[in-house]
Amino acid sequence: MNLPEKLKYTKSHEWVLIEGETATMGITEFAVEQLGDVTLVECPQAGDKVVAGDSMGTIESVKAVSDLYCPISGEIADANAALEDEPEKVNDDCYGDGWIVKITLGDDASEEDLMDATAYEEYLDSLD
Amino acid sequence: MDTALLKTPLNEEIKNLGAKMVSYAGYEMPVRFGSIKEEHNAVRNAAGIFDVSHMTEFWLEGENALAAANYLVTNDLTAVSDGQMQYSLMCTEHGTVVDDLMVYRFSPTKILLVMNAACKAQDLAHIQANLNVEVTFTDRSLDTAQVALQGPRAVQIMNDVTAAFSSLASMHFTEGTIAGHACLVSRSGYTGEDGYEIYCANDSAVSVFSAIVEAGKPHGLQPVGLGARDTLRLEAKMPLYGNELSLSRTPLEARLKWAVALDKTDFLGKSALVAQQREGIGVKLVGFEMTEKAIPRHGYPVVGLAGEQVVVGEVTSGCPSPTLGTNIGLAYVPTSGFKVGTEIGIEIRGNIKRAKIVKTPFYKRSRS
Repeated sequence: MNLPEKLKYTKSHEWVLIEGETATMGITEFAVEQLGDVTLVECPQAGDKVVAGDSMGTIESVKAVSDLYCPISGEIADANAALEDEPEKVNDDCYGDGWIVKITLGDDASEEDLMDATAYEEYLDSLD
Repeated sequence: MDTALLKTPLNEEIKNLGAKMVSYAGYEMPVRFGSIKEEHNAVRNAAGIFDVSHMTEFWLEGENALAAANYLVTNDLTAVSDGQMQYSLMCTEHGTVVDDLMVYRFSPTKILLVMNAACKAQDLAHIQANLNVEVTFTDRSLDTAQVALQGPRAVQIMNDVTAAFSSLASMHFTEGTIAGHACLVSRSGYTGEDGYEIYCANDSAVSVFSAIVEAGKPHGLQPVGLGARDTLRLEAKMPLYGNELSLSRTPLEARLKWAVALDKTDFLGKSALVAQQREGIGVKLVGFEMTEKAIPRHGYPVVGLAGEQVVVGEVTSGCPSPTLGTNIGLAYVPTSGFKVGTEIGIEIRGNIKRAKIVKTPFYKRSRS
């Protein structure tokens, strides 16, 4: 399983890349494998306030509808417009072109509940 | 995975092919091997092989087998010959659907009913309570494996395995051998494609399955899971029990009148269905295509868009259609005021998304 070291992870299988005041997020390879072909991504748009742990959108595959959870509180800075026509980018490159939103970190943003790659891998092992 | 789940005789083979397994109808079954879309497209463009050994096989044997079966089902078994199969429904006395099934007419004294695994308890109770004549009823589900070979290359693949079934016509069946094992083979399926459904004893299943997989390699045959089975049948507008069909729907509402012989002497549910036909059918099953970006799913409310926006029906099945590239679904709507071209709304997570009623099936294979 590909788990880049520079990313932080949630128990609901989102990843976050924190760079300064901005966090880019998407879903992990594990989530992608569970979902199968991603066919629709519904996510908040620029300006929307989002709160860590809350559902902020949905990801649909051919057979399933899943919540997209917010990994860190703040305000949406950007949403990946390319996913509108090519949601399969989430399958093809979940840590790259398949990113979902960028969040400007809020004052209440906390990394406390995020896991590093090692902790997330242990968490995944505990799921089996 | 729940260890109490039943396993088909192909469980190990299927897992070795990389299946993602799920619990379905009490069985551990493959939902997909890789991508559902790719499996779907393989069946549309080349061929796919399915383990559907979970399906129920009930046998009626003896002097009165045909009469017993013909009383239980809506279609008329006397209208087909020995060696032919027929799509049918089994209804309550109220005309609502207990299950849908394929009836294989070996002879008037030997009938096979192939039914849904998810309905087995309900089917068993219903049949045993409604056998109105002396007949031998046997459940051979646990001893019988079923493999489906589907797709435009299915015939070539089968002919590479054996010539035994090369003259089998659509909706006909015959017995023969595959890889030295006795099989019952019908030219039928649940995908909208040409193909075969193959039944054999459990201990023959691996050999039969492997022989087909091997012969299929040069033809692009892929293993296919229940995920693509569902999208394939939906594009072909084949109903699924629990979605389109249930104990609160009649075959007439599901627009399956072609499988209901209302003029047959007697069958369970006849008087209720004759009455519904006479008095009018209030709702009907229609196909629709989303015109806004959204995926309809089982249970989503359907909203009328003419006048006040009120809930008028319910989505029974929906998915992104790999063949059409659009999002499609089936829904029950009122019979009047809703026809091909009518715009409807689908309520998805609190938002109304637009769709329009379209002609079905969504997909029909070209017959050469």
